[in-house]
Amino acid sequence: MLYFSNIKIFSVLAVIIITLLFALPNIFTKDQLDVFPSFLPKQQVNLGLDLQGGSHLLLEVDTVEIIKERIENLNADVRRILKQNNLNYSNFKVSNDSLKFVVEGFNNEIQKEISNISVSNSQNILQMGDQTNLIISQDQNMVEISFTDEFIKQSVSNAVAQSLEIVRRRIDELGTREPSIQRQGSSRIIIQLPGIDDPDRIKSLLGQTAKLTFQLVDTSTNYDPLNPSRAPIGSEILASDTDEDFKYIIKKRIMVGGENLVDAQPGFDPQTNEPIVSFRFDRIGATKFGRVTQQNVGKPFAIVLDDKVISAPVIREAILGGSGQISGGFDAEEANDLAILLRAGALPAPLIILEERSVGPDLGADSIEAGQFAAIIGFIAVIIFMIFVYRYFGLLADLALIINLFMVLGVLSLFQATLTLPGIAGIILTIGMAVDANVLIFERVKEEIRNGSNMMNAVENGYKRALSTILDANITTLIAAIILFFMASGPVRGFSITLAIGIFTSVFTAFTFTRLLISLNAKRLKPNFVGMRSNV
Amino acid sequence: MFDISGTSINFLRVRFITFVASSVLIVLSIAAFFISGLNFGIDFKGGTLIEIETTNEIEIAGLRDNLNTLQLGDVQVQEFGSSKNLLIRVEQQIGGDQVQQDVVEIVKESLSSYLSTDINFRRTEVVGPKVSGELIQSGAIAILAAVFAMLIYIWFRFEWQFSLGAVVALIHDVILTIGVFCITQLEFNLPIIAAILTIVGYSMNDTVVVYDRVRENLRKYRSKEITDLLNLSINDTLSRTIVTSVTTLLALLSLFIFGGEVIKGFTFAMIWGVIVGTYSSIFVAAPLLKYLDVKREWNTTSAVDSTR
Repeated sequence: MLYFSNIKIFSVLAVIIITLLFALPNIFTKDQLDVFPSFLPKQQVNLGLDLQGGSHLLLEVDTVEIIKERIENLNADVRRILKQNNLNYSNFKVSNDSLKFVVEGFNNEIQKEISNISVSNSQNILQMGDQTNLIISQDQNMVEISFTDEFIKQSVSNAVAQSLEIVRRRIDELGTREPSIQRQGSSRIIIQLPGIDDPDRIKSLLGQTAKLTFQLVDTSTNYDPLNPSRAPIGSEILASDTDEDFKYIIKKRIMVGGENLVDAQPGFDPQTNEPIVSFRFDRIGATKFGRVTQQNVGKPFAIVLDDKVISAPVIREAILGGSGQISGGFDAEEANDLAILLRAGALPAPLIILEERSVGPDLGADSIEAGQFAAIIGFIAVIIFMIFVYRYFGLLADLALIINLFMVLGVLSLFQATLTLPGIAGIILTIGMAVDANVLIFERVKEEIRNGSNMMNAVENGYKRALSTILDANITTLIAAIILFFMASGPVRGFSITLAIGIFTSVFTAFTFTRLLISLNAKRLKPNFVGMRSNV
Repeated sequence: MFDISGTSINFLRVRFITFVASSVLIVLSIAAFFISGLNFGIDFKGGTLIEIETTNEIEIAGLRDNLNTLQLGDVQVQEFGSSKNLLIRVEQQIGGDQVQQDVVEIVKESLSSYLSTDINFRRTEVVGPKVSGELIQSGAIAILAAVFAMLIYIWFRFEWQFSLGAVVALIHDVILTIGVFCITQLEFNLPIIAAILTIVGYSMNDTVVVYDRVRENLRKYRSKEITDLLNLSINDTLSRTIVTSVTTLLALLSLFIFGGEVIKGFTFAMIWGVIVGTYSSIFVAAPLLKYLDVKREWNTTSAVDSTR
């Protein structure tokens, strides 16, 4: 147990030196690292948002809205088909996830027609051959239509994937530093924004679905904008974006939609100097836009964003170039944000902010400072105590502790794991617990000596006997750390990481490094070196 | 020189006293849990937390009155480390996840107009009802899973008697930790769950060391009376138990004193847990084995791991 072959000595030292090399960059500043030779690792520990300052947002895609929209489309399709087949339906009920109606003469033919429509409508979503996405059940004249679970799951999944992409584009447009945007679970998105401690602007950017449409204003009736009467069939009442009380009656038909936009840029109107957003359509959009403006010269044309009317200018002449501009009484930042939203595209469903955690840069810096100071004091206290109890062996354990600490830093840097405030606590806890393996061994050694072994045998047997205890004891802590890792997210997860790393490095150093040091001095060791009364 | 090895203290003699003491503490903890309950932080009950730092000292009562006029329900204002550091907590608003977001804006605006000093917003946390519900659930599951994992692990490595004794000690530690939070009404938040899990690991670690020695001594002294054998095992490992507890406590105390306000609750839980965990390994886990009818005839071939 005490004998080390040269190759063993070499590999132990190699492992230690390599991890220390990875820890090294952390004691230098970024500028100093720049002059490092290129073969040395330069990566520093990745600081969590709670230490470097930043904002964490947890969003959820409003899946109810997605299904609702699909049901509404289905609703229109089904009614059309029933009408085409001259069927009279009654008691038509639309709920959140199904349609119900009473109809006579609902046969297999019509059922097939409805199924086909739903398949062709969703071909991008789900290709399932002849299989339908609908469950159609019929009880005499009562018909109920709903989506299959599979289809709903797939729709949600697609909407979340699409939302993720659009969120990423919107945030990238703002030019934030190294944002991290990840999907979590089936319908959630986690956004980490280092360096941003007031995410108001990002929250408002993400809070809008940004569905842009161009619709005609219904001029068939005269109405009072402050108190409009009911909208005619095919039209709806929408409020102005700037004044909630000012209403428009807008034709429901969407003439051109935001999906046909290829570019949007903020700018200023050369005449009024008012902030505007100029946009450009793709070919299809340009054609549609040209046709509408040509046919409706002299009529107001509403620009609608998320069911609010931004403006409704009167068409002066046909706009055939496929580009135009929006002015709606916004300031420069609003124009800029609108342009970002239009460029990034509309979200398939609204996003709900479930959680926000933002930390300012100086709280993070304070935490690092306090954590470092606490670590140093705790470290010194443990070092003194160990020497007090175990004398020379204590000194060896302290050396192992120092190496241990740097190894934790090295492993954190190597794997680019995130160090958080609880993570620092984990390291400090490791300082206290890391000596445990050595304590177990030293106590065994003492016991062996008390039982009459000579120093060499005592050390030899001490290591042997302590091994299984050390493994058992550390595996229990490791189990707790692993459970914590899987259960937690964010800062607390960082704690489980440093705790687990600390367990590995402390067992490693106890069985290699301190043992190596002891074995090199084995012949000269005396009982009082391990802190025993010399009269034993 | 500090050397407490080779002691022969009769720990089991006081077992009735410690069992009664532990039982009383457990009953107290459970009573406190049902009477005053845990003071949940926003992680678990939802709501908004804003930490601010100001250049001048703030009169808290006035600020609290001002914030209470906002009609956001219960608003708490407390000093956080110094009189220029304040923590503002606003209870969860009725109306789902989206509504919670407005609170930050309202409070920030009100603070800026009320306080005639520079305000540095150091920390903002908003937790909606959905997430807080999930966090409390996953926290409870994590603790149960950890205890269960320990039960299984000890059962595999030892015998069911040990596993049972260890888990009773573990549940003892968890209940007393939750109890101390009920009684002190310190904020119970996500890091406290992490602390409890670590306590589970630490307490188990301590118990395993004692049990390991019990098993070894059971093999060594086949005819020794069980009470003597348990006493011997506790004494054999006493020095280690104390040294490791002291080093861990030294590190934790340093963190408690110098580590800053944010982490104080977490460190407090850990310190308490280490003390309780150490106590329970000596005075609960080990004495329990006397009543659990541990196997005396250990098969020497299965004893490989400790005589290797």
